[in-house]
Amino acid sequence: MITHTMSNAKAQKQVFESLIEIIRKTSTELPGDVIRAVEKGKSAESPNSSAAYAMNIICQNIDLAKVKSQPLCQDTGTVIFYAYYPKKWDYSVVHKLIEKAVSAATKKGYLRQNSVNSLTGKNSGTNVGPGAPYVHCEAWAKDEFEFKVMLKGGGCENVGAQYSLPDGRIGAGRDLKGVRKCILDAVYQAQGKGCGPGILGVCVGGDRASGFVHSKEQFLRKLDDKNKIKELAELEEQMVKEANELGIGPMGFGGKTTLMGCKIGALDRVPASFFVSVSYMCWAYRRQGAKLDKAGKIQKWLY
Amino acid sequence: MIQLNAPFTEEKVRNLKLGDQVEITGIVFTGRDAVHKWLSEGNNPPVSFENGIIYHCGPVVMPQGAGAKKGWKVTAAGPTTSIREEPYQAGVIERLKVRAVIGKGGMGEKTRLACQQFGCVYLHAIGGAAQVLAEKIVKVQNVYMLEKFGSPEAIWQLEVLSFPAVVTIDAHGNSLHREIDSLSKSKFEELLKR
Ligand code: SF4
Repeated sequence: MITHTMSNAKAQKQVFESLIEIIRKTSTELPGDVIRAVEKGKSAESPNSSAAYAMNIICQNIDLAKVKSQPLCQDTGTVIFYAYYPKKWDYSVVHKLIEKAVSAATKKGYLRQNSVNSLTGKNSGTNVGPGAPYVHCEAWAKDEFEFKVMLKGGGCENVGAQYSLPDGRIGAGRDLKGVRKCILDAVYQAQGKGCGPGILGVCVGGDRASGFVHSKEQFLRKLDDKNKIKELAELEEQMVKEANELGIGPMGFGGKTTLMGCKIGALDRVPASFFVSVSYMCWAYRRQGAKLDKAGKIQKWLY
Repeated sequence: MIQLNAPFTEEKVRNLKLGDQVEITGIVFTGRDAVHKWLSEGNNPPVSFENGIIYHCGPVVMPQGAGAKKGWKVTAAGPTTSIREEPYQAGVIERLKVRAVIGKGGMGEKTRLACQQFGCVYLHAIGGAAQVLAEKIVKVQNVYMLEKFGSPEAIWQLEVLSFPAVVTIDAHGNSLHREIDSLSKSKFEELLKR
């Protein structure tokens, strides 16, 4: 019993250390699929245009942040965790470890002090508070851990939108054609304000709460994956193409790359409601994840 | 690429036009929500902003050294969303004779008209490029209102070298934000009909 507790304490410490490393990597390096999309966007812009100028600086910034191991953007956003842990671990222990790691990563400067009490305006200074970090924790049958992290910036969060169909303003009915109109409207309204070129996470259906959650979960997918649902796979491709016809471009300077990706999921809805929830992710698309062995050591990066 | 070097004069900024890519060298003052609200209440800045540049930025600044060598270092300094200052910006440009405003996301009609009337430009920095932009800040010369407003909201006097930005509102009444909005709007309406 004593040895079990001791080894558990050791594993806890190791999980904690691994979590800090996952947060560091998330905040300072973009995943390969995102870098490829940024580079593709850069080469699409005409030389000497303002759009190309913006994409060049973005690329320099990506390189510099990695070399310096410092946050890509000073807004390290909302910290979102998806955690899977072995059954014999206690939920509250895992949750606590995540909070401790977030607070330690903030001290180290990988995260900005970013959680403000909405009533008093006071900053906790640790990124821990009611609802911060956002944690989804689940036990699973495997004897290993999996953590996925996303840092969701504030500027791009502000340009997210939710539609209740039918929507007379844009003539959107309760079908995929209507969904398409909502997505186009969201991109048009966002202009360059979400630090584009951006990526959209969309949920068709659900309620107002689950819709936004599911729209954000789309950001856990890789940019180059393919939706298993055929209609959605087609719509995703079409949306990127059409959104780029709008010509808003990087930072809203005008240009060819307005969207680098669009990922769409669907949830059941009640007959009375038909929501389309659109989340916007800026170019600083910080997402990472890792598999940890039962001792808490990082075995493999997920992105 | 156009080098925009201090001193910033009305003539210099009137020569800039929409879409110009500039590199700024000289002094900029950070100012965001608290500062703009306070200035628009009629307060005078502790240092003259005449012919100066205001940067919408809440930098991450770390104290450095000790004793006589005591100073500051900026570790992240990307632009913040400018539109929040729209209610105040025009008045600040007029009263304090500011020559340029740096930020991101663009500004509205009041600011566009003030730029035209009083000879000012809006320079759009690259949102999110915290590391590149921090490298362009070569020195923290001073800080004002630190006690009153706290670090991100204080007025930081920064010396910048080749700080990159794009002119998105010029001093002739043009706004790239307005142009892109109307171009994308007609495209959007066309797509809706498809
Ligand atoms: S929207 Fe993204 S890139 Fe822009 S400031 Fe916010 S976190 Fe940074």
